[in-house]
Amino acid sequence: MIDWQSFTPVSAFTGGMIIGLATALLLLVAGRIAGISGIVGGLIELRKGDLAWRAAFVIGLLLAPWLWRWLGELPPVHVETSYAMLALAGLAVGVGTRYGSGCTSGHGVCGLSRLSPRSVVATISFMAMGMCVVYIIRHSLS
Amino acid sequence: MLILIAALLSGLIFGLGLILSGMTDPAKVLAFLDVAGSWDPSLALVMLGAISIGFLAFRAAKQRGQTLLSAPLHLPVSHTIDRRLILGSLLFGAGWGLAGLCPGPSLVLAASGHSGAIIFMMAMLLGMIIFDRLEKYRQAVSKPNDRQQKNIGRE
Repeated sequence: MIDWQSFTPVSAFTGGMIIGLATALLLLVAGRIAGISGIVGGLIELRKGDLAWRAAFVIGLLLAPWLWRWLGELPPVHVETSYAMLALAGLAVGVGTRYGSGCTSGHGVCGLSRLSPRSVVATISFMAMGMCVVYIIRHSLS
Repeated sequence: MLILIAALLSGLIFGLGLILSGMTDPAKVLAFLDVAGSWDPSLALVMLGAISIGFLAFRAAKQRGQTLLSAPLHLPVSHTIDRRLILGSLLFGAGWGLAGLCPGPSLVLAASGHSGAIIFMMAMLLGMIIFDRLEKYRQAVSKPNDRQQKNIGRE
């Protein structure tokens, strides 16, 4: 059942379009894909001559909540996951996104935008798996 | 220099979009993944909004064949749907479903000082470093074999 109380279609779609604009800017000026795991992964690889734009993008991303807080108040955040589980999840996301060459931004936004069959398969895979894990945690274990 | 400014602005705008869209709240992401519970479809609209702009941008970029600064585009070249793509994405999905965090929102949330997100981000970076080391090791090990196979092919 759709939870109409929590559903925020206007801010979700507008926020999505702003993410799309950021993607367009990086693509049309720098010729790069705005995939966060790929950008950060490239920083970790320390590939020479390819670090500056990646660092600039990540710095921009990290400045976003500070700029937001300077103008107003950050929206509330709810995390009920334990630290141990967050660490496990982070490890899986780190290895998985690099092994699968992308995350929600690289495959989910950029890949689907350019109609890449690889990204369609990747997006279906991580969404289906995410839904399975949430189902197991919320509806079969408890 | 222009590229660096564009990258910085792109990251900043990307982060602001994530915050506005509500995707920096793991509870909202988990509510999207919880299709059997009280389902919040917001994440689907975030993707739709992003893709609607992204689709136009990629079409324009492909038509031009280069960037606005007349530099080459760096687009993925692989077209093969292989085990790496699927297994990697499944592993990512498992982590995403556990925490409700993916790389972009985790960086934004960690930068805002959220302790849980900082732990997630550190573990994620560790995972990426582990992958990088394994990948370099695998390439170092497999290279001599490739050479042998090529020699066999030549003979």
